[in-house]
Amino acid sequence: MERRSLTASVLVHLAALLLLVVILAPVVWLFIMSISSTPDLIAKPLHWWPDTVDLSRYGVLLSSVANSAGEAFVASLFNSIKVAGMATVAALIVAVPSAWAVSRTPSVGWSLYAVIATYMLPPVALAVPLYMTLAWAGLLNNVFGLALVYLTILAPFTTWLMKSGFDSIPREIESAATMDGARLDQILRLITLPLAAPVMATAALFAFLLAWDEFFYALLFTSDQRAKTLTVAIADLAGGRVSDYGLIATAGVLAALPPLIVGLFMQRALIAGLTSGGVKG
Amino acid sequence: MTSTWITTRAWLLMLPLLIVMVAIIGWPLVDTVRLSFTDAKLVGTEGSFVGLDNYVKILSGSNFQRTLITTFWFAVLSVSAEMVIGVLAALLLNQQFYGRSVLRALMIMPWALPTVVNATLWRLIYNPEYGALNAMLMQFGLIDAYRSWLGEPGTALASLIVADCWKNFPLVALIALAALQAVPRDITAASMVDGAGAWSRFRFVIMPYLAGPLMVALVLRTIEAFKVFDIIWVMTRGGPANSTRTLSILVYQEAFSFQRAGSGASLALIVTLLVTVLAVAYAALIRKSAGVS
Repeated sequence: MERRSLTASVLVHLAALLLLVVILAPVVWLFIMSISSTPDLIAKPLHWWPDTVDLSRYGVLLSSVANSAGEAFVASLFNSIKVAGMATVAALIVAVPSAWAVSRTPSVGWSLYAVIATYMLPPVALAVPLYMTLAWAGLLNNVFGLALVYLTILAPFTTWLMKSGFDSIPREIESAATMDGARLDQILRLITLPLAAPVMATAALFAFLLAWDEFFYALLFTSDQRAKTLTVAIADLAGGRVSDYGLIATAGVLAALPPLIVGLFMQRALIAGLTSGGVKG
Repeated sequence: MTSTWITTRAWLLMLPLLIVMVAIIGWPLVDTVRLSFTDAKLVGTEGSFVGLDNYVKILSGSNFQRTLITTFWFAVLSVSAEMVIGVLAALLLNQQFYGRSVLRALMIMPWALPTVVNATLWRLIYNPEYGALNAMLMQFGLIDAYRSWLGEPGTALASLIVADCWKNFPLVALIALAALQAVPRDITAASMVDGAGAWSRFRFVIMPYLAGPLMVALVLRTIEAFKVFDIIWVMTRGGPANSTRTLSILVYQEAFSFQRAGSGASLALIVTLLVTVLAVAYAALIRKSAGVS
């Protein structure tokens, strides 16, 4: 390793400190806004730290009193969980068999590229017919309809992740089992799928977060508490007449918690997925 | 087992995925193409065939041209800022300092923050009356009156780019860092023994390892930036005076706000074509970088 001079070392530490502040300040500020009282938030000059810590907004948003801000928020929270959950399960059901097939049968590999290519499609290219079809089927403003639409994003994504997962499981294990007389369904059930379980869990988690994050389709296809997701609810708060900035910040903190926790704990798997996927295609 | 059977079996296993993809991606895409040649409304009228009218109107209209330019600047400026800051951050994170592993772990936070939450957060920061940016600049004496960062055409796009860049540069940094860690130590050591300076070490020793992954990140980020909708919709809705209106916002307005499904569809296809060009470039780069490494 390079031996650094004292000056270089000081500079490196200063730069690291700057990077730390840049990364942390906005997130920390979101949290501070959520626990500051309204007078603190609209004071001039601004109070960077609240005089009294006010956690009441978390109570407001997570309460289920009828016709309250909380009721709408909790409803959208459950809608997000339902839509993301259903879309993730459906995506894995179609993705796992095809990912395995592509991984073990290189001759059909080109079809995977066709599937991945659709992942690049801008959602606007599909939005109009999808809207008309959902309207025709009575699935507008419906969690099932939205989950179905989310498959357009999650199915290619999970197929891609699962394919590289199956690639890393040596096919010799499967051949050996075949020679011992195991049937294909036995091999998959007893050998391949258990070995692929960690990849499947990772794929499920990322698919869930992708759906959790989605905004465009949710904005188009939902209109009230029956199906509105968290992202739409927050955009409504941010763009609406709500004058309590702390409440908007609180909603943001609550929506950001699941992906932040996953991101911090799953970092290694995430980076590995990003880099290997990105380079291999 | 014959190879025909193996191929058939593969297709059978892929059938559910293929059916789903055709139903919710293939068919809608074809229908978008059909709609683009009609004057259909979103609700009600089926519309009739109007040939290339929609395309001619869009391509000759000033709205589209202006929006294309806005999208271009948004994509070019935010992606290049993300790449430069991302690589610099990665070089820093590859040095030794106290708390390095903590900082590396924290880098994931902006990326993990949902896009809508990020947009909301920055909207609050830019708030003209109570925002943190105004308060901070005022306290440092850098401005003498509060400004409406998102409310003035001159600063709105730049403010959006900063918010987008903050969320996305850490991803570039993490990808670049992973590539940097693959650079063999003895090569950098040898180059130092040979008397290479910091710049030539970066350019000739480290850069070849970075180029592939960075190219991929560059093209993927450019495609994303061309499709940008969420952050702009939440922060400015394309305003003020349409100064931050990008292509996806324009499609949304045309097809859903004005309910002109026909011309909305043609506009969407033009956007798709632009993204496809970028995606093809991506595929070519992947093949090239795969060939090199």
